[in-house]
Amino acid sequence: MPTTHFIVHDKADNVGVVVVEDVKPGQKLTGWVMEGDGTIVVKALDAVPLGHKIALRDLKKGDTVFKYGHDIGKVVDPAGKGRHVHVHNIKTKRW
Amino acid sequence: MAVTKRKAGAPAIVSRRARSRDRIRFMGYRRANGRVGVRNHVIILPLDDLSNAACEAVANNIKGTLALPHAYGRLQFGEDLALHFRTLIGTGTNPNVAAVIVIGIEPGWTGRVVEGIAKSGKPVAGFAIEGHGDLKVIEMASRRAQQFLMDATELQREECWMDELWVSTKCGESDTTSGLASCPTVGNLIDKIDPMGATTCFGETTELTGAEVECAKRALDKDVAAKFMAVFNAYQDVVNRHKTNDLSESQPTKGNIAGGLSTIEEKAFGNFQKIGHRTKYVDVLAPAEEPRKGSGLYFMDTSSAAAECVTLQAAAGFVVHLFPTGQGNVIGNPIEPVIKLTANPKTARLMPEHIDLDVSGILRREMNLDQAGDALIDIMVRTCNGRLTCAEALGHREFVMTKLYQSA
Repeated sequence: MPTTHFIVHDKADNVGVVVVEDVKPGQKLTGWVMEGDGTIVVKALDAVPLGHKIALRDLKKGDTVFKYGHDIGKVVDPAGKGRHVHVHNIKTKRW
Repeated sequence: MAVTKRKAGAPAIVSRRARSRDRIRFMGYRRANGRVGVRNHVIILPLDDLSNAACEAVANNIKGTLALPHAYGRLQFGEDLALHFRTLIGTGTNPNVAAVIVIGIEPGWTGRVVEGIAKSGKPVAGFAIEGHGDLKVIEMASRRAQQFLMDATELQREECWMDELWVSTKCGESDTTSGLASCPTVGNLIDKIDPMGATTCFGETTELTGAEVECAKRALDKDVAAKFMAVFNAYQDVVNRHKTNDLSESQPTKGNIAGGLSTIEEKAFGNFQKIGHRTKYVDVLAPAEEPRKGSGLYFMDTSSAAAECVTLQAAAGFVVHLFPTGQGNVIGNPIEPVIKLTANPKTARLMPEHIDLDVSGILRREMNLDQAGDALIDIMVRTCNGRLTCAEALGHREFVMTKLYQSA
């Protein structure tokens, strides 16, 4: 089995979680979509650390971020497909 | 002791008791009140902050006893005082405790804790400091503690079954690997031991924010769901009353954020994986409240701070704790063994002395969730049989009372 670089919980998710160390910009990453046991490929545009999220499609300001098939917050700064997604570009809709 | 699979062709419908006898047993201590413990502590329990020094001196005199110092117990009132008593009495009543010495500054409230613990049928004695001084109390309490300890060491473990085991869970310093693998591993275990009649508990009220609707759906019926939503909304009111920002760096914590969690909603869905897919919770408990609806999963209204939550769960009578961590929370509890598991390969590599079970193989697809759940059952049973957890070996004994508001 080839290395799984990132994992996606649900088919509806627009972010995945990098599960290997030292992902570099430009690197072609293989992702495992747990729901349905699928495989997708995304080119990383940032050095995304282990455990951090990568955009699976272009995320525009105001978009909802989906993970586990559920709403986990909103995009406050655009993040193109392959970009690092974290507190610098998404925020909670609560509190 | 290990898990055995049901034989092909065996009847699918068997009684909970029969199935548990078929499958998982452990060696525990049967107490006078019928509950089963997996440890045999003699504890020296202070009523209040002022009595910590005397309790620690007794524990120093009588080797093998355990003092549980804490910060509170003076001028508390109302629900906060009720919770203080419930936590102390529950801690002494926990079946992991064989006998208890209570020391307080004055005899009234000391006696209330002693009477509460005595209902469990275990040996308990109380001592008050006013009018005697620390030194006389330390001597009297030490003589009693010595007797309790020597008697407790004669108690023997007996064969016990999964429907006698009370298991709590709470995660800490979570990261995205917690939601991907270590929390789902606990969920897999819960789904497996719930049909065997285990009593289980999850909590962390604010840490369900964003996933509360999904969580309400997992209640046994609409009354339990309504009870959950009432507790959830009351805690949201506390956050909204006191917050100065969106709680970033508190909930999620700085460590959660370092581990890749961006929002409370994301953290909540990861946390929520701990109750599996099938198991429904049968009731909603107040902090440190003992379950009274028989076996099954319970939600307890707790803080999401590790030591506060585990202290409340132990006070409710839970005897073994499952603690998934991402970035490496090191918590333990004085009376309830805390088993740590991680799916973060860096944490497993850099902090191995804190990790009882490494499930990072799930992320490399070398291990599936079912195998991870079985491995967790195995380490849980071994821990129940007496194997020390990493936290016990390292002396982690975080005993933290939950305080609801200022003292008078």
